[in-house]
Amino acid sequence: MSRYASQISKAPPLVALAASLAVFAAGCFGPPPGPAPERLVLQTTTSVRDSGLLDAILSDFESKENADVSVVAVGSGQALENSKRGDGDVTLVHSPSAEVAFMNNGSGTARWQIMYNYFVIVGPASDPAGVRNASNASDAFTRIYTSASIFVSRGDNSGTHTKELSIWAAIGLNASTFPTAWYKSIGRGMADDLRTTFEFEGYTLSDEGTYWSIPSIGPNALGGGLFILQGGLADPTPDLKNTYSVIQLNVSRTPSINARLGERFALWITSPETAARIANYTVEGHQLFFPDPRRQ
Amino acid sequence: MAETSLASVAALSLLVSGTATLLAALVGVPAGAWLGSRGFRGRRVLQTLLHSLYGLPPVLLGLLLYLSLSRTGPLGSLRWLYTVQGMVLAQFLLILPFVLGLTWNAVASVDPGVRDTARTLGAHGRTFLATLVREARLGVLGAVMVGFGRAVSEVGAVIIVGGNIQGETEVLTTSIVKYTGRGDFAIAVGLGLILLAISLTIFAALTLLQGGDSK
Repeated sequence: MSRYASQISKAPPLVALAASLAVFAAGCFGPPPGPAPERLVLQTTTSVRDSGLLDAILSDFESKENADVSVVAVGSGQALENSKRGDGDVTLVHSPSAEVAFMNNGSGTARWQIMYNYFVIVGPASDPAGVRNASNASDAFTRIYTSASIFVSRGDNSGTHTKELSIWAAIGLNASTFPTAWYKSIGRGMADDLRTTFEFEGYTLSDEGTYWSIPSIGPNALGGGLFILQGGLADPTPDLKNTYSVIQLNVSRTPSINARLGERFALWITSPETAARIANYTVEGHQLFFPDPRRQ
Repeated sequence: MAETSLASVAALSLLVSGTATLLAALVGVPAGAWLGSRGFRGRRVLQTLLHSLYGLPPVLLGLLLYLSLSRTGPLGSLRWLYTVQGMVLAQFLLILPFVLGLTWNAVASVDPGVRDTARTLGAHGRTFLATLVREARLGVLGAVMVGFGRAVSEVGAVIIVGGNIQGETEVLTTSIVKYTGRGDFAIAVGLGLILLAISLTIFAALTLLQGGDSK
């Protein structure tokens, strides 16, 4: 359970501490406080938290709606599964095929596209498979496969893992038949995956935000880091497109959820105002998400 | 790569934790017996240090080992990161304090009369220690089994050092993390039950041995 506790975060501890002290002081000396904020549990994918996007935009929603958002950041597979069990009020994921299945079985009531970016294929500077010269993701994966270069797979049913499997499938390959000698399936998150790839000096599929957020495995890493060899916003390969969506949950399936606030969240994150904030968010000078809100 | 069977994941758990326990017993039992067989200056300090290691967070040990075994770390040339050897090393270091400290306690509490008799009968050096260990065998066995229990159930060190690579370094505890992350809660719970069954079997065996011996 502590694993989940540690994943529920909404503000850096010091800020949270300062905020609670301020609330306490206001309660002691100031005018009586207004109604307590309503809690919203957001089940989401790690990349929107780890990239810092949520920290940058959530406070706007919290003050507008007098809400207190608890972020549970896990892989998209787990986020959808947790939502199905009523452990979240709204879901933000990036796994289109899993989302469609989720909607088809009636777990969600509305699905909105929020934004997109491009996955990246990262690897060592030496690039033994020649991914840098590939024409698209399918070509890059073919080169990795034919050269049997080490490839680290999330293996965790996350949106990134689902994307990876779909690229293998697009070139007629089934990743479940690959030998462990070069295909390392680790069943862990993106940051662990990138670190493992760094240690193996291999290749992996990543979202761009998480990649830029870990300088110790990046271009300037000690001992030779990982480079973006394919995809990303600088090289938007169409078959690496990565779409994020928000899903309102079916309150008749899970009556305990706060569906009203969930709907407010979906409307807020797909609003033109929030879209502008998303577009303005950068890490190390890189814009990470392109807003493109629309109902699906 | 094919989904690894639960049986092979369980087998790797037993192999890694069993090997680590065996190595910890080979080092910890003689060393603990030697320390427990005599009084010496600084004994309390050493004991306190050892006891504080009982609370060593596995994840911290995993992190320190990761930094050492990483390809940019001081022991990187060993190439032990993400290998079974690395996992055995992690669990060996994790449980050595237990095996050593608990053996020490067990041997130190052997009846002084037995020590005197052994000495009188001419036991010295290794023979003397062997006599003490034989006398304290239940405590020593308990020390080794507690060590195994801690090794087989920890996740923090093996997931960092082993990397949870399917078919290579995936063990029961790290597999539970993986299936929980995938949202496959039924498999995760099933793996947890296997782990629990292993623990129950070992400690039931220990209780039987101890009961049988006291009759």
